[in-house]
Amino acid sequence: MSKQKRIAGNVANYVDERTGAAAWLKKNLTKVFPDHWSFMLGEVALYSFIILLLSGTFLTFWFDPSQNEVIYHGAYAPLDGIPMTAAYQSTLHISFDVRGGLLMRQIHHWAALLFMVAIVAHLLRVFFTGAFRKPREFNWLIGVGLLTLGIVEGFLGYSLPDDLLSGTGIRIAEAIIQAIPVVGSYLAFFAFGGPFPGHVFISRIYTVHVLLIPGIILALITIHLMLVWYQKHTQYPGPGRTEKNVVGYPLMPVYMAKAGGFFFIVFGVTAFLGAVASINPIWLYGPYTPGQISAGSQPDWYMGWLDGLVRMAPPLETHAFGHTISWNILIPGLIIPGILFTGMALYPFIESWMTGDKREHHLLDRPRNNPNRTALGAMSLSFMFISLINGGNDIIATHFHLTINEIMWFTRIGLFVVPPIVFVITKRICFSLQLADRNLVLHGRETGRLVMLPHGEFVEVHEPISPEKAYTLTQHEQVPALALPDEDSNGVRNPGGLKRKIRARASQANAEQIPAVTASELHELEGGHH
Amino acid sequence: MANEIEKIKDPGLPAHKHRKADLDPKAADRAERQVSVLFLLSGAGTALFIFAFLFVKTDTFVYLPILGTTNAHQLFLGLGMAASLFFIGMGMVHWAKTLMSDTEVIAERHEFRSSDEDRQSFVDTVKEQASTAGLGRRKLIKRSLGFAGLLAALPGVLILRDLGPLPRKALNKTNWDKGVRLVTDPGYRPIKASDLEVGAVAQVLPELPEGTERTLENIGTDAVLLIRIRPEEFQLNAERLSWTHEGIIAFSKICSHMGCAVALYEQQTKHLLCPCHQSTFDVTRAAKVIFGPAARPLPQLAITVDAEGYLVAQAPFNEPIGPSFWERSS
Repeated sequence: MSKQKRIAGNVANYVDERTGAAAWLKKNLTKVFPDHWSFMLGEVALYSFIILLLSGTFLTFWFDPSQNEVIYHGAYAPLDGIPMTAAYQSTLHISFDVRGGLLMRQIHHWAALLFMVAIVAHLLRVFFTGAFRKPREFNWLIGVGLLTLGIVEGFLGYSLPDDLLSGTGIRIAEAIIQAIPVVGSYLAFFAFGGPFPGHVFISRIYTVHVLLIPGIILALITIHLMLVWYQKHTQYPGPGRTEKNVVGYPLMPVYMAKAGGFFFIVFGVTAFLGAVASINPIWLYGPYTPGQISAGSQPDWYMGWLDGLVRMAPPLETHAFGHTISWNILIPGLIIPGILFTGMALYPFIESWMTGDKREHHLLDRPRNNPNRTALGAMSLSFMFISLINGGNDIIATHFHLTINEIMWFTRIGLFVVPPIVFVITKRICFSLQLADRNLVLHGRETGRLVMLPHGEFVEVHEPISPEKAYTLTQHEQVPALALPDEDSNGVRNPGGLKRKIRARASQANAEQIPAVTASELHELEGGHH
Repeated sequence: MANEIEKIKDPGLPAHKHRKADLDPKAADRAERQVSVLFLLSGAGTALFIFAFLFVKTDTFVYLPILGTTNAHQLFLGLGMAASLFFIGMGMVHWAKTLMSDTEVIAERHEFRSSDEDRQSFVDTVKEQASTAGLGRRKLIKRSLGFAGLLAALPGVLILRDLGPLPRKALNKTNWDKGVRLVTDPGYRPIKASDLEVGAVAQVLPELPEGTERTLENIGTDAVLLIRIRPEEFQLNAERLSWTHEGIIAFSKICSHMGCAVALYEQQTKHLLCPCHQSTFDVTRAAKVIFGPAARPLPQLAITVDAEGYLVAQAPFNEPIGPSFWERSS
C-alpha cells in the first residue's frame, strides 16, 4: 500500500470510529440528482450567498458603521474638506485606498443583485413547474421567507454607506414606519433613536445586516437543502422517469465536479462584473444630508416594484378626530406587498384546495399542461412588471422622451387592466401549445419535404415522432374538475355556500385542458393511414 | 384507472449513447489536455491578480474602449481574480462532462409517510409521556404556564424601550420662529430680497442662536426653499399672499409625502417636483399638489423683512412639516 493510501485510510478510520460517518456517506455519495439547466437557478442563489458572505466579511474589516461626523481628507480629491459620517468616509477609504477594496465592494453589490435575480428565477421555475406541490410545501414557505429576507437584507446593505442616495432610501423607509397607524411615530423614534436621521441607525442596521439576517438566511438555506436532500429532487417527465424514481447522475464524482465547478464559474462571473462594471459609485453621490437629493433616485431592482407602487398611489389621506391615516403610503407600501407575499406563501395550499389533489408529486409539470397556474403566474408577473416600470418612470421618461405623467397614468391604469388580459392570453397560449403537442403526436413532425401526389396534389411529408417523445408529450395527468354537487343528499341547495361555489369554479378553471392523445387514438389513426 | 391504460406507454430510459471520449482513447486524451489547459488558464489569472496587487498602484488609470477611463489596479485585480476562479470552474465542468461517467442512474424514492405502527407508537408515546407529566389532568399547571409564558414575552419587548425617546411633540417642531432670519445653505449668511433675482431658487435654513450646533436632524426639519417669481403670477388668497415678500415665497423643502428633499424646480411652469415619487407642487398656488402621490401641499413659511432688510420668518410653520403620522391633526 502506498503511503498516501495508508494515510487516507488512517484518517478515514479515525473519523469513522468517532462518528460512524462511513455508513451514511456510502449511501449518500452516490445519491442521484436529475440534470436540467433550470435546476441550476437555485444553485446560483446559493453560490452568490456564499460570495456575499466572503466579500462581505472582507468589507467589514474596514467599514466603520458609525455616524460620527468627520472631515474628509482622503484620496478622492473632489470631496476634500467635506463633513461626512465615518460610515461614508470608510466606504470611500475602501473604494480608493484599500487594495482590492473597490473590487470587493463591487463584487459584493453584484453578488447581491445576482442573489435576488437567482432567487426570483428559481421561484418562477418552482412555481411554473409545480415543484411546490406535496410534499414540498415547507420548502416553498422557506423559499418565500428567503426571498423576503433577501429583499430586506439587500436594502439594508445598500443603505450602509450613508451616501446621498442610500440616505434618501432610509428616509422613505422611515416615512413608511411613521405612517403606521397609532404606533408609527413611536416605532420610528425607537428605530432611529429620535428624530430622523439621528446617530444610531447605521450601526443598528449594520448589526442586522451582517449578523442577524445572514444568520437566519443561513439557517433557512440549511433546512431548505436538507429537505431537498431528504425528499430527493423533482425531475422533468420523460421516458423512464416516474413518480417513484429519480433518474440522473451520482453525487460523486459527477455532481461534485459539476456543482463545485459551477460555484467557481458563478464566482468568476461575479468577479468579472466587479472588475469591469461600475456599480453604486457612492463617491459621485456625496454624503447624505436630508436637504439634498439627486435626480433619478432609484432603488435596486428588487425594490423597484415597491417604489413603483408608491409612486403611482393616489393622493389619499384621511384626517379625522385629530389623527391622520396616509393611505397613499400604507396601501402601496404595506398592504399590497402584504397581500402579494401572503398569497404567494399560501399558493400551494390554495391550489391543492382548488384541485382537491392531496397526493405526492415528484414529476414536474410542463407549464403548458397546467394552463390555469401558468396564467396566474404570468398575471402576477405582469403586475410586478408594471409596478417595476413605474419604479423607473423618471429614467424611462428621459430615455424615451416621454413625460412622467404619461408613464404614471399608463401604469396606474395598466396595473388593473394588463394582468387580467395577460391571464387570458397566457391561458390561450397554453391551450395552443397543448394543441400543438397533440397534433405533433397524432400527425408527426413536419419534415419540410413537399411531395406531389399522382393526381397533382402537393402534400408535406410528416414523420412520426419517437415513442420517447410521444410519451413525454402525453404522460401528464389531466385531472377532471371536482364533483361538487349543487345539492346535497338532503336536498339542501348549494351546500357549503360561497366557499363551495368558489371552489367549484376554481376547480373547473383548473381542469380546462386540451385532451392529451391516448394510445387508442394513436392506434386508430395509424390503422387508418396504413 | 381506465384512463391510465389508454395512455401511451412509457418506453423506458432511452439506450445510452456513448461520447467520443468513451470510445476513442485519443478523444479522451484530447479532453484531458483541454481540461488541463483550462486549469492552467486559471493559474495565469492568479498570476495576473498577484501582479496587479503588488505592482499596479491604486491610482493608476488606463483608457479602454467601451469602459472609458478605468482604474487599472482594480480592473486587473478583478480580471485576474475572475479568470482564476472562472477557469477552475470551467475545467471541473469540462472534466465532468467529457471524462466522468455519463450513464444515468435510477434511484428509487422512498415514501415519506411513516408506517402505521410507527405513527401509532408515536401517538402512544406522546400520550404516555404527557400523562406522566399530568398535562391532561392538571389544568391549573397548563393555564398558569400559558399565562406566565405570555407574560414572559413582555420584558422582551419592554427592554427595547430605550432604543429611542418618545416622539412627544418633536414631529411638530422646527427651528423657525417669529423674527428668525433666513440664512443661506451652505454659508449660513442672512439674505436680502434683492439677493434673489426673479426666477431664482435657493435653499435656506433658520439662523440658529450663537453656539448652537446645526445637526442633520435640524436640516431634516428646517430646510426651506425660497423661490422668487413675479408677484402678479401668484394665485393666492390674501392671507397666503401676505406670507410672501415681493414675489418671494418660502416652502418646506421636506416632501409632505415621504420626506425626500423636493429639489427640482421647473422655472417655466413654476412647478416643484420631488425626485423620489414625482409629487408635483404648483408654486403659484401655495404648492398645491397637481400630480403624484402626495396628499398635502408643502407647508408654506410666512416671511417678511426685518428692520435691516434681511428676510425673516413671520411665524413658525402653522402645521407639521414632512410626511404624515398618526398624531398629525390636519
